[in-house]
Amino acid sequence: MNTANTDIAPTSDVDYHVDDPLVQGNPTFHEITELVSYHTEKKTPLAWWGAFGIASGLLMVLLVMVAYLFWNGIGVWGLNNPVGWGFAIVNFVFWVGIGHAGTLISAILFLFRQKWRTAINRSAEAMTLFAVMCALIFPTIHVGRIWAIYWTLPYPNQMAMWPQFKSPLLWDVFAVSVYFMVSIMFWYVGLIPDLATLRDRATRKLRQKVLGVMAMGWTGANRHWRNYEKAYLLLAALATPLVLSVHSVVSFDFAVSIVPGWHTTIFPPYFVAGAIFSGFAMVMTLMIVARKVFGLQNIITVNHLEKMNLIILLTGSMVGFAYITEFFIAWYSGVLYEQYAFSNRAFGPYAWAYWIMMSCNLLFPQFFWFKRLRRSVPFMFVISILVNVGMWFERFVIVVISLHRDYLPSAWDYYSPTFVDILTLLGSFGLFFTMFLLFLRFFPMVAVAEVKAILPQSDPHFYDHSGDGQLVDHDLAVSGGEASGERAEIN
Amino acid sequence: MLKQLIADIKASMSIYDSEKDESYGLLAEFPDPGALYHAAHGVREGGYRRYDTYSPFPIHGMDKAMGMGNSKVGFLTLGGGVFGFALAYWMQWWTGQVDYPINISGKPFFSIEPSIPIMFELTVFFAALATVVGMLALNGLPRPYNPLFYSNSFKRVTDDAFFILISSSDRKFDAEKTGSFLTELGATSIEEIHDHGSADA
Repeated sequence: MNTANTDIAPTSDVDYHVDDPLVQGNPTFHEITELVSYHTEKKTPLAWWGAFGIASGLLMVLLVMVAYLFWNGIGVWGLNNPVGWGFAIVNFVFWVGIGHAGTLISAILFLFRQKWRTAINRSAEAMTLFAVMCALIFPTIHVGRIWAIYWTLPYPNQMAMWPQFKSPLLWDVFAVSVYFMVSIMFWYVGLIPDLATLRDRATRKLRQKVLGVMAMGWTGANRHWRNYEKAYLLLAALATPLVLSVHSVVSFDFAVSIVPGWHTTIFPPYFVAGAIFSGFAMVMTLMIVARKVFGLQNIITVNHLEKMNLIILLTGSMVGFAYITEFFIAWYSGVLYEQYAFSNRAFGPYAWAYWIMMSCNLLFPQFFWFKRLRRSVPFMFVISILVNVGMWFERFVIVVISLHRDYLPSAWDYYSPTFVDILTLLGSFGLFFTMFLLFLRFFPMVAVAEVKAILPQSDPHFYDHSGDGQLVDHDLAVSGGEASGERAEIN
Repeated sequence: MLKQLIADIKASMSIYDSEKDESYGLLAEFPDPGALYHAAHGVREGGYRRYDTYSPFPIHGMDKAMGMGNSKVGFLTLGGGVFGFALAYWMQWWTGQVDYPINISGKPFFSIEPSIPIMFELTVFFAALATVVGMLALNGLPRPYNPLFYSNSFKRVTDDAFFILISSSDRKFDAEKTGSFLTELGATSIEEIHDHGSADA
């Protein structure tokens, strides 16, 4: 079994002129199946139960807090008169943003033929779904009269009313729910061949039945693959503009208003860059742990992590550039309120939040300019967490600092969260990790069929050198050949 | 005539006609993607039409080797997208302008600009839905019963095995001749698949 427990030369010099093999150790097709399927078939490890216990405990905290909120109303939050949007909206934007990396990896990198995405796309897409679930909770519970939330949907009703389609908040309802549903479809389509793999390996009757239903009778027929691949390509092409639109629409919630600090045209691209930035950081955090725990270092290699770090560096710099541009435009506009909104961010009562944001998002990712650091697993783990802290504070800065002092000084106030706010945020992490742990336990966390398809021996012309495909010795064919490079020791 | 058309459509979904307890076809295993690729080409050259290749992952160039054109999923995607756009346009216009006009800051009851986000979202949503549902429909999925599921060696098709099935409904099919033809093409083992009927076996 080819489960490496150590990284292959994590800090060694890499020759960027030669492409490293995407999957290290040159495993066979069967070894990849084993490596991934095994984790859904083995006895549930004690460590999983431990992690699941903590996560579902936090989920209980969320449920209790939400119940408390429903019983008492949103007065239990720290909201006050100028600051009508507090933690709930901060958390909403934060979680939607996290989700964006999954779609970026699965759709945009697919269109750009970045084959390294196959190692991480499945779990990143799952992360998207769970992050969007967390996100959807917050505006839902924020409406106050939760029992009337379905009024946001356009359906004929006895009140003879329709939703107001000119409102950015309604665009948001459509954007985020469409995003959620398209993400589910994309994820499930990707899962079908791998569910069939698990079905064919299942030994217990019930498991066979359940997986049989979920795999829908997939056989890997080429007449199916043909439509499947086309559908996957089209879904990627649809999800790409969708993911860019979702955070743009989220930013319209702010940009379409007239609050100083919100009313700027830079918001849509700046929000999208920030979303990808934070999402990649979350993928990093999860993958660094998962690859270690599940022994997947050969599939999710340090090269993959380095590529993600480069994206974090790029998007972090874009976000930092946007912060500085905002300041410049505020000064250049000559609008007093706008100028005050920004100097108040950097030097006002919430300056601590602003500087946490600046250092975590703009400063720390710059360490990734150094190759040694962006290939060091412990270092990138720390940075990935700092980036997520920074991105949460970015949304805090935008929402709370802009609102707490707008036009009239007589209406100014200071916002601080209550314990309900804080526990609800913590609880949303409980929901996220509960879902993610269930995913790791029951689904193949790496796209098995896709990883196989990027192995050199999946190319039919790989075998041409040993004849015309007639009766090639199978072991010889899959283990030999110049294209695959050196074959590592497999025990 | 109609029967023939239905059989052809089903064959395009890799579903072949067979009678209960009769032969469904010959399943030949090949050692690797290269051998499968060349064999699929050979089967087509040999005049067979009701056949399919099975592999754990899509094999590059296989569509060409099997002489298949472009997938039709794209047309369904386009249809879904156009429907979603039209629905969003009509819904926002009819509710805002006709059924429930409400004056907000003197803005027009309906105009294109604020309607764009929802038009875009619904276009994407229905296009994606049509893509997924269309892909499954064109593949004849979900398909709970498949005679191939009763083959033990076929279980490895989603792991590391590569197969060709020539359906017994093919005009050229002849159990013996087809079998030796597949061996000539490099099959490592050949198995006759029986239709167990949709009842449990």
